[in-house]
Amino acid sequence: MPLIKDGKFVQDRFIFIPDGQAFPDDGGVMVTFDRFQSECATLIAHHRPLGVRLAASQNPEVLKDDLANIDAIALEFPIFRDGRAFSWARMLRQRFGYKGEIRAVGHFLYDQLAFMMRVGFDAFDVRQDFRIEEFDRAMREMTYVYQPSTDGRKTVMQIRRGE
Amino acid sequence: MYRYDEFDAKMVRERAEQFRYQVERRIKGELTEDEFKPLRLKNGLYLQLHSYMLRIAVPYGTLAQRQMRQLAFIARKYDRGYGHFTTRTNMQFHWPRLKDVPDILHHLADVEMHCIQTSGNCVRNVTADHFAGAIAGELEDPRPISEIIRQYSSFHPEFNYLPRKFKIAVSATKEDRAAVKWHDIGIEIIKNDAGEIGYRVFVGGGMGRTPYVALEIGHFVSKTDILAYIEAILRVYNEYGRRDNIHKARVKILVHQLGADEFRRQVEVEFAEIKKTGTLQLPPEELKRIEAYFAPPAFEDLPDESPEFDAAVKADKDFANWAKTNLTPHRARGYAIATISLKNIGMTTGDISADQMDGVAQIMDDFGFTEVRVSHEQNLVFPHVRKKDLPAVFARLKALDLATANAGLITDIICCPGLDYCDLANARSIPISMAIQKRFADLERQHDLGEIKIKMSGCINACGHHHAGHIGILGVDKKGVEFYQIQLGGSGAEDASVGEIMGPGFGKDEIVDAIERVVDAYVKLREPGERLLDTYRRVGMTPFKNMVYREQMHAAY
Repeated sequence: MPLIKDGKFVQDRFIFIPDGQAFPDDGGVMVTFDRFQSECATLIAHHRPLGVRLAASQNPEVLKDDLANIDAIALEFPIFRDGRAFSWARMLRQRFGYKGEIRAVGHFLYDQLAFMMRVGFDAFDVRQDFRIEEFDRAMREMTYVYQPSTDGRKTVMQIRRGE
Repeated sequence: MYRYDEFDAKMVRERAEQFRYQVERRIKGELTEDEFKPLRLKNGLYLQLHSYMLRIAVPYGTLAQRQMRQLAFIARKYDRGYGHFTTRTNMQFHWPRLKDVPDILHHLADVEMHCIQTSGNCVRNVTADHFAGAIAGELEDPRPISEIIRQYSSFHPEFNYLPRKFKIAVSATKEDRAAVKWHDIGIEIIKNDAGEIGYRVFVGGGMGRTPYVALEIGHFVSKTDILAYIEAILRVYNEYGRRDNIHKARVKILVHQLGADEFRRQVEVEFAEIKKTGTLQLPPEELKRIEAYFAPPAFEDLPDESPEFDAAVKADKDFANWAKTNLTPHRARGYAIATISLKNIGMTTGDISADQMDGVAQIMDDFGFTEVRVSHEQNLVFPHVRKKDLPAVFARLKALDLATANAGLITDIICCPGLDYCDLANARSIPISMAIQKRFADLERQHDLGEIKIKMSGCINACGHHHAGHIGILGVDKKGVEFYQIQLGGSGAEDASVGEIMGPGFGKDEIVDAIERVVDAYVKLREPGERLLDTYRRVGMTPFKNMVYREQMHAAY
């Protein structure tokens, strides 16, 4: 699937390795949380960049002690209506200060991209036919925001107050 | 009332265009109906039995005349000349065409209105006491904080895909007219021992198939902290609310499963984290700025008594009846709060024609009213009427067929659209509600019966609030036949309680008789000064049940 990062199509640095499959000799890998937990030391020592993929039900708090060693965290949308990952992304950025990539994977819509950017996603595993102009369009749909989030954008209240 | 600035105005314009693009993609087939559905719902657009239905937000139930006129215009141009006010103080149009909806959104934007988050699994329109700013005993107007919550929750990036819908209501008096304990979050404005005003926060109320009265979670949340506290509640809910079963997905299930103490603990953890960021603290000056929009009109210094009013009461029996039920004392001398009943006998509850909307706006112009309110009981309210103007206002309302004298009485029925419109319904509710109104049309009898709140829903989703009715009626489908269950003892007020099911249901030809037997039982059982609800609470279900079902058995022989 094509990957959008920082607003552009980019080469994916990670290969997702399903549980039970052997790791390639080199290159970045992305693994499930179970795999990460059981082979943590090996992964951190030998496989970089390293990504971990979390299911929608997994609170990223489970990774909080390892964040310095993780280059990307993929948060899964089993279906676009399941909004848990919006909170997980925000928690990773705001509470745990995570600076690595936060990638949206699974089923999500064009109409959610702007919200995702706001809460801290910076990479999107998009559908094959997705056009980059659409991404730009999604970011431009709404000029102002009412609430603070991890993107640090000024809220309407802050603008009104001349901040 | 609140006025949009350039930022609010731009938001609703851009939202209209955003929705236009969504409609275009749906029509082209780029969005499946499954994908389009949550998107259109976030814009208040339902697909019902016969057509689309568009739900327009009326934040905290406050409308200016230009907004009322615009609703009339939309009703004529895009609908069939009428609209429907709901129990969440919104307006619904039942016949718009999909392709017209983006244009309707622009017409709404012209008068600072929108359909943002009037449905879908997100924070819905915020409601408040419909007597706000007029009723005595109010600590402060509940609408400024409602407006702040409206803005805070609109397009919230983190909470637009919650497990289920999320409703917030605000009240500021001991009496609760906003049914706060029936909401996902109910906010009661209170004063602590130190004399500071803050918020008591209830969480986890709701109707539906599992009715719950909300539990007190925040005992006293300060003004600056309220948004952070709401955010903490929403985050706990977003993370841990159930998503595997739509019937168990509301926050009420999570709250009542965890219990108030554990839910509070989780909220407090989040709250402390959010406070560390400092970004959601509400600056007092900002609250003041918003409060200024809601400043009451300059009340004239009037005497308490009005000769015009007194003369009209003596001369006109209709006016006297109306004054008895539809007026509420105002905090300012010489003023009254007037309720405009949308429960004309034989009319659909909450419906209002375009001509009536225009007529109401014209009365506002002519008497210098700046706003009209929508109540969750599906009536309208003029909050500030000079007593001396009341006879003239009444005459104008009468000419519009809006002067029914039944506010709070048995024919002031809350009722959902039911199977006549809604594809979720199991039974019709409008015809039953009308038949009950006809049975009790006699005004003298209504006055004798006093306050009786009948609330009726055509299905278990409880849009007609039957769990909170003194008498609740629930329409069910029994093997293809409509049946109606009676509940007694519910309340949507400060003494909130869930009604109890009386027994087996009644067919559509029996239900009105059964309701009458409930009422007759009350008349036999009541002690002086007792409302039906009080009598029920004193004597319990059994005496009512005996009289209602025994007579049914006799009738069968």
